[in-house]
Amino acid sequence: MFNYLLRRILYAIPVLLGVNIITFLLFFAVNSPDDMARAYLGQKYVTPSAIQLWKSEHGYDVPMFYNEKASGISKVTNTLFFTKSLTLFTFNFGMSDSGRNISYDIRHRMLPSLAIAVPILLLGLLTNITMALLLIFFRQTYVEVGGAILCVILMSISSLFYIIAGQFILAKVFHWVPISGYQSGLDAVKFVILPVIVGVITGIGMGTRWYRTLFLEEQYKDYVRTARAKGLSQQRILLTHVLKNAMIPILTGLVVIIPSLFLGSLLLESFFGIPGLGSYTIDAITRQDFAIVRAMVFLGSVLYIVGLILTDISYTLVDPRVRLGSSQAGS
Amino acid sequence: MRIILLTSDALLFALLATFILLIFMALRKEHWRRPWKKVLEKPLGLLSLLIVILYFLVALLDSIHFVRALPETTNGALTQYSTQVESVLDNLMAPLGRITEKTYSAPLATKLYTKQSKLLPNGDWVRDYLPLTIITMTHAVPTPTIAACVAQGAVFTLLGMACLISVLLLIMSYRQHSFNQAWQRIFCKKTNFPWYTLLVTLAVLFFLISTTMLLIPYYHVFGTDKVGQDVLYAAIKSIRTGILIGTLTSLVMVPFAVILGMMAGYWGGLIDDIVQYLYTTLSSIPGVLLIAAAILSIQIYITNHPETFTTLNARADIRLLALCFILGITSWTSLCRVLRAETLKLRELDYIQAAKLLGTKDGRILANHILPNIMHIILITVVLDFSVLVLAEAVLTYVGVGVDPSTFSWGNMIDGARLEIAKDPLVWWPLTSAFLFMFVFILAANLLADSVRDAFDPRAED
Repeated sequence: MFNYLLRRILYAIPVLLGVNIITFLLFFAVNSPDDMARAYLGQKYVTPSAIQLWKSEHGYDVPMFYNEKASGISKVTNTLFFTKSLTLFTFNFGMSDSGRNISYDIRHRMLPSLAIAVPILLLGLLTNITMALLLIFFRQTYVEVGGAILCVILMSISSLFYIIAGQFILAKVFHWVPISGYQSGLDAVKFVILPVIVGVITGIGMGTRWYRTLFLEEQYKDYVRTARAKGLSQQRILLTHVLKNAMIPILTGLVVIIPSLFLGSLLLESFFGIPGLGSYTIDAITRQDFAIVRAMVFLGSVLYIVGLILTDISYTLVDPRVRLGSSQAGS
Repeated sequence: MRIILLTSDALLFALLATFILLIFMALRKEHWRRPWKKVLEKPLGLLSLLIVILYFLVALLDSIHFVRALPETTNGALTQYSTQVESVLDNLMAPLGRITEKTYSAPLATKLYTKQSKLLPNGDWVRDYLPLTIITMTHAVPTPTIAACVAQGAVFTLLGMACLISVLLLIMSYRQHSFNQAWQRIFCKKTNFPWYTLLVTLAVLFFLISTTMLLIPYYHVFGTDKVGQDVLYAAIKSIRTGILIGTLTSLVMVPFAVILGMMAGYWGGLIDDIVQYLYTTLSSIPGVLLIAAAILSIQIYITNHPETFTTLNARADIRLLALCFILGITSWTSLCRVLRAETLKLRELDYIQAAKLLGTKDGRILANHILPNIMHIILITVVLDFSVLVLAEAVLTYVGVGVDPSTFSWGNMIDGARLEIAKDPLVWWPLTSAFLFMFVFILAANLLADSVRDAFDPRAED
């Protein structure tokens, strides 16, 4: 198990390196730092000296991959790729192009992101699994047909609609919750309710259908038939047998996204004015602050890989047949 | 008049031509004909297919672009062309794109929604609800009432349906050699084909389209937005953008996923490692951020190279293509993973082993024996992804990394109108129409995707 995890973590290094190269090429090969400086300074103040000044202020005045002027090891280290991209590996995100400390911002914006992402995940899981189990329980009745159609309809509505309709109905017409904003501490609750409700409803259509397929696959397996032959009631089969056996695919879908919860939801946060990492990223995108976007891309991929490794570990916890490390893992 | 072929138009036409060709080829094979028949025999499948086809037709009409020749001025100089690029659809909806009001007006209204200052003949200023330009412009012809247009539309529908049914009866009687049998097939449920669904859907669509077409010259059917642009026009023009995103993305995604997935699954070894590394790396980058990064780079590239992209249309077009491309790059990984696993499984089957023993070349095995057996997965994924992509366009555009702000798209409509729910009195029509047009399309696409999956997936229930 330890060996296996070590191998996975080592495998993460080339993957992260790949991510870095891709983002680096996207940011610097297509747009030279000159272009960035020009876009940043606006069309009015572009003089060669202004561009040079902006570049040296933000550390963009070095070559991309290989510095011929430098000597020794700094031929490689004193380059854009090293200073802007590889230093991310030490989780030193540096300064944003507008001059703020990115690590500080990330630490302070993590909590509001979690405050809406975690409730959405948990409540969403509960609702979706309940709905899916109900659909299976009422199989081949009008309840199932109606529920399936409802799911397709919910799925076909744009998530923007849920947000706008939620703000309109709950906040503007009934004045139950504030339209947007955030406060730290316990006051956060009243600001968080609306985004959480919207987030859960947005996921119902897709989620219920996904869990329903999972349960349906289990439904026709031999052990279910045996249980039914023994005279177990349908509720009992569903709740104790099917649910337990469907745990593996549920976990795969779930554990992968848990680390990414830190990043928050781009859409919800910016619509509801929550100062989390999602709205941070969107602001960076609209302000074209590449340093922040680059840091977020890196953080996002690290968290995704952590999620993959966690998934593997959780397999062994849920399914005793799975042994990590052996060549025939899982079979 | 000169035809203009935008890159996206050319790609869309090429894609549709390929698709139609594929359908014709598939129709000659029984194992492909049967599932399609199954899709058509379900009322919901047929209904959704008809609606999707209607949206595609609108997009096609909107993809035939041309510029008008300017009126001949002097001594036989070269004909000059207008800079305004129009599409066939613009001409069908004639006055809508050209007439703009001052500001908001409610659906089917005759006056503006808010009071404006007006100069009276005696020199006084009053604030009043001014009549709309579309009303005053056509005042030579008396504006027909809405009821008259609806009634006329109904009459057209009845006539049209009567024609359609008689033509259908004629063709079927010819093929069945009996009028009675043809009649019974259509009206007495003698076949599995849901004739009633077909006829009722066509009648409803016919009625809606003809009534709208009759109303268009005199009314803003869905009102106008803040800058006085007709909302219906914007919503219909957005269809092309949505469809382009949905289809061109799969054009990027499918070749990547199929070729790499099959290679990795079939040969294994080093190729497998490389492909797996590629898709792990790509899928570990958060999709939205990758798209954002790519679009930002493209945008800066466009602003720095104004000489390459001269017209506004060309810029919007290249940004749309870039969006499709990057969406394709972010979404091929999951399909590739599935195809790799499936190829891995197929490779071990007896008939592939037999083909190998007979000395068939690898390329031939892949193309003739493996590809046909993973075709249904590709089809199902493409159809299922379609609606997801159209929905993603709206979200991405809202975030600011979607299509160009000058392109008509549902995302841009929603983005421009989202502050209007805070207004008093409420301006509801721009948002509602954008969501409605999108919802109908996505719902139809989702229902169609479900029927296609049920028909093609060998593991499907029933």
